[in-house]
Amino acid sequence: MALVFEVFRRERSGAPMQHAGSIAAPDERFAEIYAREQYGRRGESEALWLVPRGAIDEIAEFVDEFDLKYRRVDGYSIKERLKEARAAAENATRLRDAFSAGDQNP
Amino acid sequence: MDERTDAFLAHVRAGGLVEAGDWLPDEYRARLTKFVEMHANSELMGVLPERDWILRAPTLQRKLALTAKIQDEVGHAQLLYRVVEDLGKPRESCLDDLIAGRSKFHNVFHYPTRTWGDVGVIAWLVDAAAIISQKALLKCSYAPYGRIMRKICWEESFHILHGRDVVLTLVTGTDAQRELVQEAIDRWWEPLMMFHGNPIPADQDPMVQWRIKSQANEDARQQFLEGYVPQVWELGLTLPDPKLRRDDDGLWHYTEPDWDKLMAVVSGNGPASAERLAFRRLSRAEVDWVSRTVLAEAA
Repeated sequence: MALVFEVFRRERSGAPMQHAGSIAAPDERFAEIYAREQYGRRGESEALWLVPRGAIDEIAEFVDEFDLKYRRVDGYSIKERLKEARAAAENATRLRDAFSAGDQNP
Repeated sequence: MDERTDAFLAHVRAGGLVEAGDWLPDEYRARLTKFVEMHANSELMGVLPERDWILRAPTLQRKLALTAKIQDEVGHAQLLYRVVEDLGKPRESCLDDLIAGRSKFHNVFHYPTRTWGDVGVIAWLVDAAAIISQKALLKCSYAPYGRIMRKICWEESFHILHGRDVVLTLVTGTDAQRELVQEAIDRWWEPLMMFHGNPIPADQDPMVQWRIKSQANEDARQQFLEGYVPQVWELGLTLPDPKLRRDDDGLWHYTEPDWDKLMAVVSGNGPASAERLAFRRLSRAEVDWVSRTVLAEAA
């Protein structure tokens, strides 16, 4: 029975390993030959990883029960807060200028 | 239709993608499997018309290029059969069904290759027609298929160049060489016009509804005509359809192909269908000892 191997390839030095596809082969020796032919014969990869499919531990469910927004950029509404802060600063400046001009009840 | 299927349909119609391990409605899985299997069969059967010319290629360089193209196509078949296997149908069953005539392959591979001109026209125009469909499949809702199509399209682009190079060499050669190309185009035009299938409106095509295909048949054919008719004409070659013309709105008009004939051809009644299937049966029987030996040794 043929084994399935997932193939990952690095396109050029420094690039991440990316999933390329899978191959079916009777054993590792054949898998290596097939992977070289299938994913490297035109110099399109500088390295390949062969991983038996059974060795992969997949995690595909991610729950965020408490909606922990403070760990994400969408957890911060800087735009609104900044608008408030600017308005407050502007108001303070206006009051200070009025007092220094002698106005006791601006 | 049940709720789960409705949700699936809404997901794929909105451009959503699905992976091999996801739940798939039975109809979707069945249509997708049949479609990818037919694609794989076509890649595998598609090398036979070209194989006939390896020994007769005019130069060593052409022989090497043709061999490399054939290796690419067989590689595509292997990648596609992997997609089919992950959908639940083993490759061995696909090959059994293929040689027994229970499954189909593309119409253009049911025709003989008579001259070296055919080799150029196939690599140029048949591959051009194919790459239009294949590019549209990059957007297939079944992501593993779309990803494999990226690699396939990349390799097909070499084939078109190889085909153009063969054709350009012939049309700038002797009158006899030029005639080889013209005669090949005359024979291949009908199957090329049938290649993208009969026009089914997108809203009535279940393949488009399931977002397995993202392009209606007629759109693919129009794109082919728009891209390639001018390229054929600019070489001083003609196309054997007196009705072929482009109207002011950019729509191409042509003689309606005989769709019953297309159905007959892909059902195994094309001029070379029986011979090709017989050859595939023979080669499967001949290499059977190899797979048995390899699997026994690995076990």
